[in-house]
Amino acid sequence: MIRINCPFCGERDHSEFSYGGDATIVYPELDASVEDWHEAIFMRENIRGMQSETWHHANGCRMWLVVERDTMTHEVKSVKPAHESYSKVLVEEKP
Amino acid sequence: MTRYSAWAVFKNGFSGQKNWDRQWRDPEPKKEYDVVIVGAGLHGLATAYYLAKNHGIKNIAVLEKGWLGGGNAGRNTTIVRSNYMMPGNRDFYEHSLKLWEELSHELNYNVMFSQRHHVSLVHTPGARDAAARRYNTMRLTGSDGDLWDLDTLKREIPHLNYNSARFPIFGAAVQKRAGSARHDAVAWGYARGADMQGVDIIQNCEVTGVSREDGRVTALDTTRGRIGAKKVGFAVAGNTSRLWQMAGLGKLPIESHKLQAFVSEPLKPLLDHVVVYGVGGAHFYISQSDKGGMVFGGDLDWYKSYAQRGNLPMVQDVAECATAIMPCLGRVRLLRHWSGVMDMSMDGSAFICKTPLENLYLNGGWNYGGFKASPGSGWYFADLIANDRPDSVIEHFDLGRFKRGVIIDERGAGPDPKLHG
Repeated sequence: MIRINCPFCGERDHSEFSYGGDATIVYPELDASVEDWHEAIFMRENIRGMQSETWHHANGCRMWLVVERDTMTHEVKSVKPAHESYSKVLVEEKP
Repeated sequence: MTRYSAWAVFKNGFSGQKNWDRQWRDPEPKKEYDVVIVGAGLHGLATAYYLAKNHGIKNIAVLEKGWLGGGNAGRNTTIVRSNYMMPGNRDFYEHSLKLWEELSHELNYNVMFSQRHHVSLVHTPGARDAAARRYNTMRLTGSDGDLWDLDTLKREIPHLNYNSARFPIFGAAVQKRAGSARHDAVAWGYARGADMQGVDIIQNCEVTGVSREDGRVTALDTTRGRIGAKKVGFAVAGNTSRLWQMAGLGKLPIESHKLQAFVSEPLKPLLDHVVVYGVGGAHFYISQSDKGGMVFGGDLDWYKSYAQRGNLPMVQDVAECATAIMPCLGRVRLLRHWSGVMDMSMDGSAFICKTPLENLYLNGGWNYGGFKASPGSGWYFADLIANDRPDSVIEHFDLGRFKRGVIIDERGAGPDPKLHG
């Protein structure tokens, strides 16, 4: 079992989460070229090693997270909220 | 090398069956080959076999980082079928099934291909209609397909859960020519067949670098030295992206995911067919091996991984499916479970194609379908390498299909690799 330390809920089993995908993908503008869309939708680096990926805490706080995880060892290096505004809230709330 | 026959068994009986030849040699790599195939799994070995047999190319090496047949060849549930409907898949898998039907004779090696029927359960009228469409398409394109009503299904497979299933069984879509085979025997049979024609199978030889010059591959750096190559074929599903990047070619429409499978303790004969159960969130397929073990599997582990080991949530998930559809398995103990790394592609279909490099050819992206595809894959990949053009059957198995908008998405799951189970 992979354990993911959700910044909102604490450390939980990965079975509470749903895997999203590669977090480094930036979708292009709607009127961007076919090549740009092809690249974003279909092409993947498929890293063996540390990769940045999205997970959804589906059976928890339902927040999207960005997790740095090794795709060979499954070691989790870092977990942070996918949306920056939530990161700020977390920092501000800390006493 | 000895041709296997009843006479050979009889003759060797005089010396206590102790003087059989090795099945293949263990050669040192040569400086250069006409064709180098990377990956001595089922696809790589079949490719080498058909290159030698169909195309007369003999100076071939197959490089393998571990031992032959030690990757996904030994990590599957050995199901063979051709119940694909999409143009592009239909002809290819049907050709592969036809090769399976003659494979033991072809290789002079018993691959234990058993056409025990592939029985895909249906649970709703909608699923039955969809199955009718698929199986009629198969019948119209030179294959076989049947629809069983509930009475027939109960007669053929009496111990499914007909009484208290959450999703009652309506009937089944059946391909009678489908079945299972012995995975190791397929790898060994192709290895022996290739070796007999002079192919060098070089094990413990991991590719560590790809040398390029003027848009061509010139040589491969390996843990057993540098090996020159006039043509190179990659057949390393699971690790295709890594090799692709070694060749400096960037991204691919592939993610590596892991798929688990399981075998139980041996039981007396219980299940004569391959049974597939898929409704709602369930995905489950089971057959019984000749040794009596129940061999079954389910979904991917749902997150990207190169680790050849499974995770526990999916063990539970598969066990739930097993007891839901065959409650009699409730107290059967698990003997082993394993995991293989799949090339999950963006549309769930494979690649047998040319690449941006002139003399490099790609075979990969097999998703769940690699085992059944291996004879056909080797056949057409060999043809592609020998003739430097794809046969019309595999012309859509190329990397450009996404840009052209002709994806082969059998499940209609969209561009999310983990959904193409």
